[in-house]
Amino acid sequence: MQERQASQGARRAREFEAFVAGAAGRLLHVATLLTAEVPDANPHARRLLTLALAHTYASWDRLRGEDPYARTRERLVTRFAHETWYRHGGRARRQPSGALAALAPRERLVAVLRLYEGMAEDQTAALLGLPADRVRVLCDRAVAALARPAYRPAPAVRGPEVAPS
Amino acid sequence: MNRTEREAAVRRLLEQPSPQVPAELYGDAVRRGERMLRRRTAARRAMWLVLCAVAVVLAVWAATARPWVEPPSHTTPPVADW
Repeated sequence: MQERQASQGARRAREFEAFVAGAAGRLLHVATLLTAEVPDANPHARRLLTLALAHTYASWDRLRGEDPYARTRERLVTRFAHETWYRHGGRARRQPSGALAALAPRERLVAVLRLYEGMAEDQTAALLGLPADRVRVLCDRAVAALARPAYRPAPAVRGPEVAPS
Repeated sequence: MNRTEREAAVRRLLEQPSPQVPAELYGDAVRRGERMLRRRTAARRAMWLVLCAVAVVLAVWAATARPWVEPPSHTTPPVADW
């Protein structure tokens, strides 16, 4: 029993290390886009990714053929959505300064999932718990905002976007 | 600019230089993951322990109290003629 557990642990560590070596770069890129931090100063993105990877590690033996990349990305996205939902206005956050800094957190989520990760519209909607046409609207808005470089939203615009219904 | 061109422009924007993955990220993730697994194992063990304890207590109580046996009557019928 003890021996089997040890060999299972060793196998898990080996597979997980290979997975992290292959996927961490892209996942960290996704996380950094979401948090709108600059690529070489991204503590929030690193923290999000570490927690998501820890969950993937803990559930590695029960993945049963499921894609660990998709699983980790799902964790990352839900954790980010959760944080932005509950922390808004609470703790003072640093002003985002990355490529997507002009967007609201939810627009960033949709833009990254749809355009960078190439996820289908209905899958994105299911992951974020939004109706599909809402996802389309958010994506269009993000594209319109990013394609026009002069766009800078007024700070008050974010309010209704994240207000609990 | 039409829709596909705009989307292509945004995709190019998203392909910014990738951040460097810090060396300690793997170690941190494994450490946290191990802790999560240990906690889950401990919680599962505690749950089984409580379940077994409840089963034993129930069995002992049932054997001593015998709740299925009809209790002896405490009232006697009134006696009229003697």
